[in-house]
Amino acid sequence: MNAALLIDFGSTYTKLRAVDIAARRLIGSGQGPSTVATDVNLGMHAALEDLERRAGKLPRFRYRLASSSAAGGLRMVTIGLVRELTAEAARQAALGAGAKLVGTFAYRLTQSDLQKITALAPDIVLLAGGTDGGNMEVVLHNAAALGASALSCPIVYAGNRAAADEARRHLAAKTALFTDNVMPEFNELNIDPARAAIRKVFIERIVHAKGIDRAAAAFDSVVMPTPAAVLEGARLVADGLPGARGLGSVLVVDPGGATTDVHSVASGEPAPGVIPQGLPEPRVKRTVEGDLGMRYNAAAVVEAAGSAVIAADAGIREEEVKTLVENLSANAGFLPATADEKAFDQALARAAVGIAVRRHCGSVKTVYTPTGPVTVQHGKDLRGVEALIGTGGVLAASPDARAILKRALADAREPLALMPAAPRLLLDREYLLYACGLLQSVEPQAALELALEHLIALDQELADERTGHG
Amino acid sequence: MPSGTIVTGVIGSDTHIVGNRILTMALEKAGYKVVSLGALTPAADFVKAAVETRAQAILVSSLYGQGELDCRGFRDLCTEAGLEDILLYVGGNLVVGKRSWEETEQTYRAMGFDRVAAPGTRSEAVLEWLAQDLSGQEA
Repeated sequence: MNAALLIDFGSTYTKLRAVDIAARRLIGSGQGPSTVATDVNLGMHAALEDLERRAGKLPRFRYRLASSSAAGGLRMVTIGLVRELTAEAARQAALGAGAKLVGTFAYRLTQSDLQKITALAPDIVLLAGGTDGGNMEVVLHNAAALGASALSCPIVYAGNRAAADEARRHLAAKTALFTDNVMPEFNELNIDPARAAIRKVFIERIVHAKGIDRAAAAFDSVVMPTPAAVLEGARLVADGLPGARGLGSVLVVDPGGATTDVHSVASGEPAPGVIPQGLPEPRVKRTVEGDLGMRYNAAAVVEAAGSAVIAADAGIREEEVKTLVENLSANAGFLPATADEKAFDQALARAAVGIAVRRHCGSVKTVYTPTGPVTVQHGKDLRGVEALIGTGGVLAASPDARAILKRALADAREPLALMPAAPRLLLDREYLLYACGLLQSVEPQAALELALEHLIALDQELADERTGHG
Repeated sequence: MPSGTIVTGVIGSDTHIVGNRILTMALEKAGYKVVSLGALTPAADFVKAAVETRAQAILVSSLYGQGELDCRGFRDLCTEAGLEDILLYVGGNLVVGKRSWEETEQTYRAMGFDRVAAPGTRSEAVLEWLAQDLSGQEA
């Protein structure tokens, strides 16, 4: 059998997916605890045992590929010049590389900024600033400041090309990698080279620094951070391959314990006559809502949505919401047991998904000019997205994933939000999107077919239930 | 051959882009690198673009009669962003009502614009201004 083992060294669990490449079939899933803090092998062994228990004797794997979000994920600090320009481009590059952004800085770094950065102890710093041939002073000031700091992590330089040589001298004492400018021309986004450089540093250094390579006997390579694997999976199912159609434009939402990730693969261009404002948007875009999580950030979700709204949605009393939130924040491993707890949990997920997708999507507003009203757009127009995919444990375990995903759809009460209007609703029930994101690096065709086959159409599922075919 | 980066665009809620496009073409032909922000550009966006691209001059167009309101505080924004010495030009339909051109020009000068182009100013004249003003700056 031609099989692959796909591993996710997560922050809470070590997850495994074993797939039969030739048959495009999921052999089985396994899960163990995350043990990066002690010895990553312990969780890996437990996960393998679990997999074997469910799937029987395991085949010899041709590929054993891993992603990781363990040990705090890929913690990054980004630095740019103007907040809405190169600093934003640097943020986009880091998010697209699957990083967890722990700090974003703009303009000249001050001593207190440097202290903050050192205290954040990032895994990688991404330094940008100035268009090519544009401002050099600030990026050089910042390179010198980083060069003279106590910071020991790798630094990726993606700023003004004209300043790169001098920046190299400033950073001589550090591990520094030089790549193309994230904004070579004004308002031109060029984040793929920086993304690739970040991934290279991740594979070559961070995997070791996090102690994941202690399990090196159990896998061939850690290919990318887990969020990047999900993003690659999304790109694959959206675009397809030469000769194999994908789903078209796609939006993926992944509500988690601490954050809610949203990925879109769609151009998001404004409709004819609508004027775009702000930085051009990356076609493959990831946003992370750091305040929207089902456990660690449950209180923030309730605050963002309003506790009365959550209570009404869950069908419980508002006072009860308060008690439940306190419970959750204190106990991240909480599993809802009573009917009220379950209803509250689902209401939280619906709220997190609705708000996260609302923030990911662009919006329009009308500007009144002497020649009549004009519509301007910020962000991506995702009304025409063809498929909306839910992934992650919260959605996979939900008794009504459809109700959660529906919150990501356009709402007549918010006509200015450019959210998906009528996409197909799909559920990644087996959590295979990340696995296929990994597998596509070696077997793209199999990865695509496997991913597409395991996306469950929720509309269909509902129709089947109604007619008794489920 | 002149060189340098120039930021230009139409300020405020103004959609009249044609004159600004003609000016952009003339500037590019003359050898400048032009960062063209287009219509409906807030004042702050001119300044941000100039910071990133290290522009020597910002050329602001306004044709819809509200230029004075849109341009108020423009020089202060530049100073705030560390662009104390940047050249600021403004042009378009700046005269409103019965005010004379001289009075209008004085108003914009007082706001910190180095050159104020009267309606009908040709792009050649702007190129000449730039050549003069930038040679003085580099020396």
